[in-house]
Amino acid sequence: MRFLKITKNDWARGVEGLKDSFRVFGPVLERSHFNFRPLEKGQEPDFSFRNTRLSPKSTVYPQSEILFTYTLDKSRPDHHVHKEPPRDETPRAILGIRPCDAKAFGLVKLNFDTPEYKDPYWLSAYEATTLVGLACDEPCSACFCTSAGSGPFDEAGLDVLLKDEGDHYLVKVLTEKGGKLVSAAGWAGEASGAEKAFVDGAAVAAEKITSFVSADKLAGKVTNQLHNAKFWDDVAFSCINCGTCTFLCPTCWCFDIQDEVAGTDGVRMKNWDSCMFPLFTLHGTGHNPRGQKTDRVRQRFMHKLKYFVDRYDKGIMCVGCGRCVQHCPVNIDIRRVCEIMNEYEPEPETCPA
Amino acid sequence: MTEYTQKIREIAKKLLSEGKVDVVIGFREGTVPLMAEPCLVSDPAGVDQLVFNSFCGVNLANYLPRRKDRIAVVAKGCDSRNMAQHIAENQINRDQLVIIGAPCTRMMDRRKVAAAVDGKDITSVAEADGRLTVTGPGFEKVLDRESVLQDNCAICVHVNPVLSDEMLADPLPEQEKDRYTDIREVEAMTPGERYAHFEELLSGCIRCYACRNACPLCYCPTCFVDESKPQWVGKSIDPTDTLTFHFLRAFHCAGRCTDCGACERACPVGINVRQFTKKLEKDCKELFDWEAGMSPDVRPPLDTFRPDDPGKFIK
Repeated sequence: MRFLKITKNDWARGVEGLKDSFRVFGPVLERSHFNFRPLEKGQEPDFSFRNTRLSPKSTVYPQSEILFTYTLDKSRPDHHVHKEPPRDETPRAILGIRPCDAKAFGLVKLNFDTPEYKDPYWLSAYEATTLVGLACDEPCSACFCTSAGSGPFDEAGLDVLLKDEGDHYLVKVLTEKGGKLVSAAGWAGEASGAEKAFVDGAAVAAEKITSFVSADKLAGKVTNQLHNAKFWDDVAFSCINCGTCTFLCPTCWCFDIQDEVAGTDGVRMKNWDSCMFPLFTLHGTGHNPRGQKTDRVRQRFMHKLKYFVDRYDKGIMCVGCGRCVQHCPVNIDIRRVCEIMNEYEPEPETCPA
Repeated sequence: MTEYTQKIREIAKKLLSEGKVDVVIGFREGTVPLMAEPCLVSDPAGVDQLVFNSFCGVNLANYLPRRKDRIAVVAKGCDSRNMAQHIAENQINRDQLVIIGAPCTRMMDRRKVAAAVDGKDITSVAEADGRLTVTGPGFEKVLDRESVLQDNCAICVHVNPVLSDEMLADPLPEQEKDRYTDIREVEAMTPGERYAHFEELLSGCIRCYACRNACPLCYCPTCFVDESKPQWVGKSIDPTDTLTFHFLRAFHCAGRCTDCGACERACPVGINVRQFTKKLEKDCKELFDWEAGMSPDVRPPLDTFRPDDPGKFIK
């Protein structure tokens, strides 16, 4: 494990240098909040953010992505041929990603990179990406990463971890990819003994987390009992079935495939989808197996907190970033729902009198 | 606001115990500061979760369409107007409702509060005497509540419920206000400037439909953007499709929108969605002397004709 110490001037110079060989993304202030955006020449990532409003998942998994184009116009030589647009697989770097969001990429990978199926779009983008994390020294009151399998200094999904030390950064190089990025940026000053700063920093930051979930009993619950539990109507009552939670979430991965056709020319694309939308499950027959709001709300929480747990045995499909908690327009709180599910005991079955 | 909370609980308990209603729809304490969660109570023992405070901005009229039971519902001025609108549009029957009217002291905008403390982490808020004390790790700041009102609440001219069966307090004085200064600025733009303005306004839209779903008017069984046979609007974040969604939605709300601010309040990316609906509200005011939801008994302007409409274009 290598540790470096770089001044903020070295940082700025290095970031500029990286742009020659990487597409560089970083947090940028937009209106009232931050989002990860590609950085132009001369533009620095703005590290005054707490976290971005949208997760950085779009850097690897754009909200809309063209898979191929086609034409049915027989006068054209390439008619009836799927033409894939050139895919940009040049290296990209995400600077300042929070450790929870980086961890989320690992959870999403479980779905997009299985022995049977590999999503070429997500995977090629992910493999081209180097994740440079910024340790969370001041976690928010809605953050519950430490009880969701991550933490303010979690290294699990990262290639490099930065720790802000005021006038300089301490840099922990975690992977070979990270080493290459550090070299490309020209960051060199070795920092002996920096390991302790990270260990201490992690302990101090973890102490500041005030919000927790208990998920220890979820794996032991009987799926059908949880599914049929009576609490779902109360949980779902206030839900307006918008896509805020799913679109802001770093671990929500569902997409829809759409053809958009004008005359004889068409485009096939994938777009983020949301289990909150009735259209998500609408069958061609017109039947909708999740026709009611409660069905959809239950699906979101059961997927994250039960099906995923059972399917992968890697904990819950949530890293505790707190975005849905903070931005749900009607204050549906996954921490509360997780607690209800974790504590749920089915009513004893009794024979009708 | 604690008197409101107390009274809501008393009324809810009475109505439920006496069997006058099946359910009460109100708010419960939020799990995070600056929020309250809409909730439904059907057991008299559950009324103590009900609260009312300056963060009850969600429009509860949104929870009424297609309900078959008898409902007591807490209603601010705007909520009550949307209830009147629902009754006029046959979405709910007046005799199903017991409206618990809350003369509204105007709701606060959680994002303005957050901005006022430079985005710092807020762990608690306390309200007293027109001021909001906001605290978090290492800071405390006192804000004048007028400075952090929701934009629509700051210009609201109908804070008192237009329909009610129970009242939580005496009606409050209504303010006189020019409601359309921002719209006139947009109207004064050239078409090119205006288009650029709208594009900029919607540039961050993620098509999550929080604006639509928070809106009590958007009760269509299938929204035009969700039609799939045939599909009318693309589903990507293509700017033309996004603009189409917002424009068409606004037109569909013409003459029905009460400017309750639910859309803007819900938007996770801070888009001023009311720019669209307010223009149509202004037109309805000027052309038909119409304010939506003031009575359940008057047909809205776009599905009726009145010889005394002030607009000359139709005569």
